Amino acid sequence: MTSEPIPRPFAILAGLAAALFLLPLVGLLVRFPFADAVGALTSPEIVTAAWLSVVTSLSATALSIVLGVPLAIVYARAQFRGLRVIRALTTLPMVLPPVVGGVALLVAFGRRGLVGQFLDSAFGIRIPFTTAAAVLAATFVAMPFLVLTVEAGLRSMDRRYEEAARSLGADRWTVFRRVTLPLVAPSLYAGAVLCWARALGEFGATITFAGNVPGSTQTLPLAVYLALETRPDAAIALSLVLLLLSLIVLVALRDRYLPTT
Amino acid sequence: MLSAQIRLHLGTLDLDATIEAAQDEIVALLGPNGAGKTTFLRAVAGLVRSDRARVVLDDVVLEDTDLGVRVPTERRPIGIVFQQHLLFPHLTVLENVAFGLQARHRRDARVAAARWLERVGLGKYANARPSALSGGEAQRVALARALAIDPRLLLLDEPLSALDATARVEVRRELRRHLASFSGARLLVTHDPLEAAALADRLVILESGRVVQSGPVDEVTRHPRSRFVADLVGVNLLRGRAESGVIAVEGGQQITALDADDGEVFAVIHPRSVAIHRVHPEGTPRNVWRGTVRSVDLIGERARVAIGGSLPIVAEVTASSVRDLDLREHAEVWLSVKAAEVGVYPA
Repeated sequence: MTSEPIPRPFAILAGLAAALFLLPLVGLLVRFPFADAVGALTSPEIVTAAWLSVVTSLSATALSIVLGVPLAIVYARAQFRGLRVIRALTTLPMVLPPVVGGVALLVAFGRRGLVGQFLDSAFGIRIPFTTAAAVLAATFVAMPFLVLTVEAGLRSMDRRYEEAARSLGADRWTVFRRVTLPLVAPSLYAGAVLCWARALGEFGATITFAGNVPGSTQTLPLAVYLALETRPDAAIALSLVLLLLSLIVLVALRDRYLPTT
Repeated sequence: MLSAQIRLHLGTLDLDATIEAAQDEIVALLGPNGAGKTTFLRAVAGLVRSDRARVVLDDVVLEDTDLGVRVPTERRPIGIVFQQHLLFPHLTVLENVAFGLQARHRRDARVAAARWLERVGLGKYANARPSALSGGEAQRVALARALAIDPRLLLLDEPLSALDATARVEVRRELRRHLASFSGARLLVTHDPLEAAALADRLVILESGRVVQSGPVDEVTRHPRSRFVADLVGVNLLRGRAESGVIAVEGGQQITALDADDGEVFAVIHPRSVAIHRVHPEGTPRNVWRGTVRSVDLIGERARVAIGGSLPIVAEVTASSVRDLDLREHAEVWLSVKAAEVGVYPA
């Protein structure tokens, strides 16, 4: 394979761009505390935060699948007034500063929030500063990734398979379970992995809405931020672990985001 | 016995057609692309919504818009073979055939499906994915899948058109065998007259959403009632008003024929009956007129010559006459047809 000649200014700028991404990675590797890595990563508060991150990110992903797949179906197939507006608003968290999402969640579900005060007075349920709040915050920012990916999958699938299934006597639920869902499975898988990765990295909305309570709302990103003040070695070690996780996600989705040529 | 009356608008299509198929009958719905054939089939299956419809199968009303009856597709006893087999790619061949039986909660679904696979000669592919099959094999599996649910009506939507020539012959043979053994009405959509002639007892010609002709295959080809069928058979079709043996054709020209009853008629003239001359012909031919050569297509030793003018027509002559008469585009010619060579039947 021969390379096409690239104009020199572009080559220089492209090199700068690559360096912008690569230097921090090199930094993490160089400063990685090889000697004390195991100790830094196995300290009780880190293990607690890691476990909480696993629980909240997986819960958020599960919640996103249960709620997001039906939402994607509505977006891909329903037609009614205001649908486009609703779709735009539910996609907003993808570009919204997460801290704004946290404030918005607080206003809605906080103790004096629109729904929160009702939940409190009627059921005694207080969401903020609980693990549930961390899950909700992560779901809020991550679910749009799943919805948009599944919606795209639904739009591009060949609906004649569903017609064939119906002609064979399958009711709507059977068609969905045995034909639609398997045919969009690659999109659902990709959407779920993206959603999980976003939920795992969630910081702004979580710290605003759920707070930074060790054991119940202090997830890994929060722990990393906190550790940077007191134990920078642990922060660096943790960052590298999270980076490796992201790399695994990227490889898992390689068909979608990495050109195969 | 199927009786389907469908009226619907879809895009530019204005479909208004009634088609019946007896219990023991294979009906081919033939027509040009865009005539509404597939849409008619989909309406019968309930896959598209009709403006007005009445679909009755074996005395059961499946759809009647006047009565507000509309049985959903999944509860109509109809098997469909689609143009592109549409086998579910994520299921094995056996699971595809078993799909309809499982949807009906049949306990022996897989056993019955395996039996159907054997019947189309593909038992060895039971555990393969559809992607491992050739186009012809996939269509045979699709046929088994449609037949496995024991439908009362079989709809086939261009079942051979996506196949290459070799596979087409193979699947057509298989199709004919299974269509013959199927005990129910069969409706086949096709734009291929050979396919229709090979498989069907009766032709229904659909053009621009309307049934223009219907009847046994040889009857339809002998007495075309539309341009589409005339072109398929390769004859010239004229329409006009006959009076005392003279037909006033649309366009002003007059044609003399023997045995023409008075009234609106179709006149068929075989291209081989059209003689081309460079000068006004002498002798007996009753129909002589002038024209201009539009095109000359050589087919082996014969040539089809399209002639424009007051009575556009296609003539078939030998390649040597093309040379002798120096027939080329824009050549001015005289044409003659004997009155006895004009076939006439009421419109």
